[in-house]
Amino acid sequence: MGDVLAIILKRLALGVVTLLVISVLIFSAVEMLPGDVAEAVLGQSATPENVAAMREKLGLDQPAPVRYLSWLSGAVTGDFGVSLTSDERVAEKIGPRLVSTLFLATYAAVIAVPLAIVLGVLVALLRNTVFDRVANVLTLTSISSPEFFLGYILILYLAVKAPLFPAIASLSKDMSLPELLHRTFLPALTMVLVVTAHMMRMTRAAIINLLASPYIEMARLKGAPAWKVIVRHALPNAWAPIINVVALNLAYLITGVVLVEVVFVYPGIGQLLVDAVSKRDFPVVQAVCLIFAATFILLNLAADIGAILTNPRLRHPK
Amino acid sequence: MTGKFNEDLMRNIEDAARKGKLPRREFIKYSVAAGLAASTASGLWVDKAYAAPKRGGTFRWGIHDGNTSDTHDPGTYVTRQMIFLAHQYRSYLTMINPDNSLGPDLATEWTATPDAAEWTFALNKNASFHSGKKVTAKDVVASMNHHRGDKTTSAAKSLLTDVTDVVADGDHAVTFKLARGNADLPWLMTDYHLAICPANADGTINWESGDGCGPYKIDEGEFGVSWSLSRHDGWHGEGAYFDKVEMIILNDPNARQTALVTGDVDCVSLVELKTLALLQRSPNIKVDNVPSGAAITMPMFCDTAPFDDVNVRNALKLSINRQEIIDKIAFGAATMGNDFHLAPVQPYFPADIPQREYDPDQAKSLLKKAGAEGLSVSIHTADSVFSGAVDMCVLYAEQAKAAGINLKVVREPNDGYYSDVWLKEPFTAVSWGSRPTPDVMFTLAYKDDAAWNESRWRNPRFNELLLQAKSELDDAKRAEMYHEMCLLMRDDGGTVIPFFNNFVFARGKNVMHGPDLAASWACDGARAPSRWWFA
Amino acid sequence: MNYFVIGYYALLIGASCLAAFYGRRSIFMLLFSLTLVSFVVGIVGGESALWTITLCAGALALSAGTAYAFREFLVNISGRETAKALKTAPLTAAFGMFVIFTYAVMGIFAPVIAPHGEAEVISSAFAPPDDTMLLGADQLGRDMFSRIIYGARNTVGLALCATLLAFFMGAFAGLLAATKGGNLDQVMGRIADVIMSIPSLIFALLLLSIFGTNLIVLVIIVAIIYSPRVFRLTRAVAGNIVVMDYIEAARLRGEGDLYLIRKEILPNSTAPLIAEFGLEFCFVFLLIAGLSFLGLGIQPPTADWGSMVRENATLISFGEITPLIPAGAIALLTVAVNFVVDWMLWRSAGLKE
Repeated sequence: MGDVLAIILKRLALGVVTLLVISVLIFSAVEMLPGDVAEAVLGQSATPENVAAMREKLGLDQPAPVRYLSWLSGAVTGDFGVSLTSDERVAEKIGPRLVSTLFLATYAAVIAVPLAIVLGVLVALLRNTVFDRVANVLTLTSISSPEFFLGYILILYLAVKAPLFPAIASLSKDMSLPELLHRTFLPALTMVLVVTAHMMRMTRAAIINLLASPYIEMARLKGAPAWKVIVRHALPNAWAPIINVVALNLAYLITGVVLVEVVFVYPGIGQLLVDAVSKRDFPVVQAVCLIFAATFILLNLAADIGAILTNPRLRHPK
Repeated sequence: MTGKFNEDLMRNIEDAARKGKLPRREFIKYSVAAGLAASTASGLWVDKAYAAPKRGGTFRWGIHDGNTSDTHDPGTYVTRQMIFLAHQYRSYLTMINPDNSLGPDLATEWTATPDAAEWTFALNKNASFHSGKKVTAKDVVASMNHHRGDKTTSAAKSLLTDVTDVVADGDHAVTFKLARGNADLPWLMTDYHLAICPANADGTINWESGDGCGPYKIDEGEFGVSWSLSRHDGWHGEGAYFDKVEMIILNDPNARQTALVTGDVDCVSLVELKTLALLQRSPNIKVDNVPSGAAITMPMFCDTAPFDDVNVRNALKLSINRQEIIDKIAFGAATMGNDFHLAPVQPYFPADIPQREYDPDQAKSLLKKAGAEGLSVSIHTADSVFSGAVDMCVLYAEQAKAAGINLKVVREPNDGYYSDVWLKEPFTAVSWGSRPTPDVMFTLAYKDDAAWNESRWRNPRFNELLLQAKSELDDAKRAEMYHEMCLLMRDDGGTVIPFFNNFVFARGKNVMHGPDLAASWACDGARAPSRWWFA
Repeated sequence: MNYFVIGYYALLIGASCLAAFYGRRSIFMLLFSLTLVSFVVGIVGGESALWTITLCAGALALSAGTAYAFREFLVNISGRETAKALKTAPLTAAFGMFVIFTYAVMGIFAPVIAPHGEAEVISSAFAPPDDTMLLGADQLGRDMFSRIIYGARNTVGLALCATLLAFFMGAFAGLLAATKGGNLDQVMGRIADVIMSIPSLIFALLLLSIFGTNLIVLVIIVAIIYSPRVFRLTRAVAGNIVVMDYIEAARLRGEGDLYLIRKEILPNSTAPLIAEFGLEFCFVFLLIAGLSFLGLGIQPPTADWGSMVRENATLISFGEITPLIPAGAIALLTVAVNFVVDWMLWRSAGLKE
């Protein structure tokens, strides 16, 4: 296993380099955006003198590389600076929202991942039957509807017509876990609908792709039942693409849910990022983007390690 | 039943009863004294006093337009979240009453020198901050200075440019010294930026703490999420009937609507107009539709071809069908514009100026006169200007075809619209908030040297009148001047004004309010929590 | 009980018995389970629910009939080889092809088919359907049906271009990375990581705000955002193939990288790639709709299904079907594309069971 450890260390080091590249990219992108934080904060009714005074107060009159380096020197010591718009520590501003986002993502993932894999195996087993077709149409319909639209439909049926769940997922500190799960059920369900279909179809495709292999033929010829052929023989070799698509979707659950947050008024990190971009609040944009990037890098690393562990051939490249 | 029925006395009695100061037995006793029959008085009690504001309850209020990066700094107030919140936990010197007249808030009365160049405001001696500290002249001076001077980062700086000094006159009076007369200064004090905050020892204000002298104090909250407030018992004003107020930021129109329908909130600050007719059918919901002074404008640069020709400008003004735009874009919830920036609900509105109608034929002949037949121009807009802004321009383009005008609609990104498109492109669509008086609005966006002279219109007569009217204390003379200015704007100016949008908000049927609703902001001038009550 | 209900059950039960008698097990199971479901639904929802089931069954039968006829039509007009392949196509795939064909015709001949212009205002807002307007009017009084037809041209064209470009870039890079390995693989992997780790909506927002919104920029940016997904998948699939013995054998024969990609790796990794294509197509659709949400999508008054859904989405809370029509158009197309993709997947996997 030593070689796997070496791969992990190497990838982590590369991950840090990736983060550095991203921070430069994001910084330059925010710089290149039309307008700056002073104009954005003061809004439509700002005068040029106002804007100049604001820029000076925020230190925006310094050249860009200087500002980037001063941010970077703080960031490497774990200090992500203060928000330009509200003078709050970035860590304090992001912390509680990150926790809410992770909670919702975990909630959705715990439902979606097992569901998708079980369903995927099931439709592979029952391929070309009515069940397969119906599942196919339903999953395709669910991923081809915009997610905010799915949310609206769920609200209509599960909150307005049949008041089973609250339409607004606003949280308060003194909520018990069951209460919390009940309150956030609709946003979680929307996200489950969005990600399940993709993972399920990939599972099905990966398994079916293997069914023509000689060793599957062999298993079938020796008389193994259909479910055993798939679960014991095909599935283990299909893990690489499945794990990949699961990792992609897990990352999406954390980074791609702005619209779900808006529809259900959920205080997550996506809304914070959109607001920060529109206000050109660079330290917040940078910190949130780096969190997202780190999530992606770690999940992808996990996916690659998973692929290597499930396919020993990858461990010893010839 | 002899004796003359004393109407004035009766009105006072009813008033006292409505405010809950007069129990039923007393009410009947006084009413009979005023000349009413006992049975009639008894019935009146049910009619009038039963609707008396009742104390208690938690008012849950869904607010649109809230950003996570908002702050308590009154100089950077820009979203509805900040402005609405400010009207709960902070106070202003004056306020706009539900009937759109000017009323006292922290200042009990105000007087001016005859040239209107010096104003003195007397402060309410009972007013106190939530921390318990009394509100003094020092706090007012510091709060005003926050928006003045070279170093200020306040967006209200331009509002106070004429103010040369603000000085305390004892503990309970403040004097404003102006460079030139301004009859509107008390109205200016209602501007949402000019909230009174506690002063620090060094003459700056402490806005960070969230302490204020308004009807409700902040218990806890987070920008972009929600706020909970409770009644400030030492408040100097009348009202604040709710025990607690919850403000919840609901930026998504569907979220606001469902929250109201399912009873998760008692009131929402904005209803999507598309669903207005459908929402009105719901028996548990009441929709308030209040005309306002908030305008949609489409300025053209009067110094840039082809808009430098007044015939072209007027042709464009004639080729818009305002009624169709109001029907389809504002779903009827708007007041028709007449190409001058003054709404019927605002003071000095010149009601006798005839409405400009849709007339593509006349537009065509004007274009011919200007030698600009088959005019082709672009109008720039963005979805965020107001809900339906892009649709409005598309519709305008269709209507203008009848006059042979090829109007191209360019949708710009929402982000940065006001910094990169407005004042930079020669023809844009803009949304303006309501300003308290014509002088403020005209000085802001139509004066020749104004930073936001969005149509680059420089009419000497208009600018001369503007300065004269500013310091004129005689109302009749002033009205005459504004009448002439409006005519100039309409016939020479570079701005198409299709409509003034209404405030359309909705509440549960158990939420009550008085007979009038202020037109300065949605929800009774953003003061619903301190003016409304539960049935 | 009225004649409709009696006839309904009589027909279902009769048909189930017939199916059972002739030994059509799956048809019998389908019909009889429908009967059982109808009992429950009929009790809960009454006669109207049964009507709904009848309508759905009718629509299904109609689609099946159309699909069957369309397949026969294709078989008849095409050459022998293609005809042979087409004969094996399941009805779903034929249905998918029919839908794609219809959409293509709609898109190409939009100005001829649409009864009204794309931006032409002809009636009041949200006017109900009548003789001249098949689906009623939208919020400005423009004909919904005409806008759906024009939307096919704009939305599908744009999404197709972006998806194809994303696939071309992503798959080529992925195959190259898998074959070459080493530093090239590492560098490409990191570039993909960088692009993917910035959320797509934010990334698009930043890039479009900087470079301005026009169609070509839009297509390129969407393709750049989606190509790393294709890259990673191709890399994973091809990575499994590259370690196979036959690749080793080809390398020992002295074959070049391009030969390996073209003749050995690509044919063996098409199945997951094709499956991914169907899905990416949906995602690109949705991203463009999301961009319209931020005011960066297609310029008005150009019709685009994504924005049409967004503009009227809140009406759904009142049970109005207006927003469902463009949403349905998107869903139908993606389902159709994926039906065809499934069939191609089945063919390329060599599964003849």
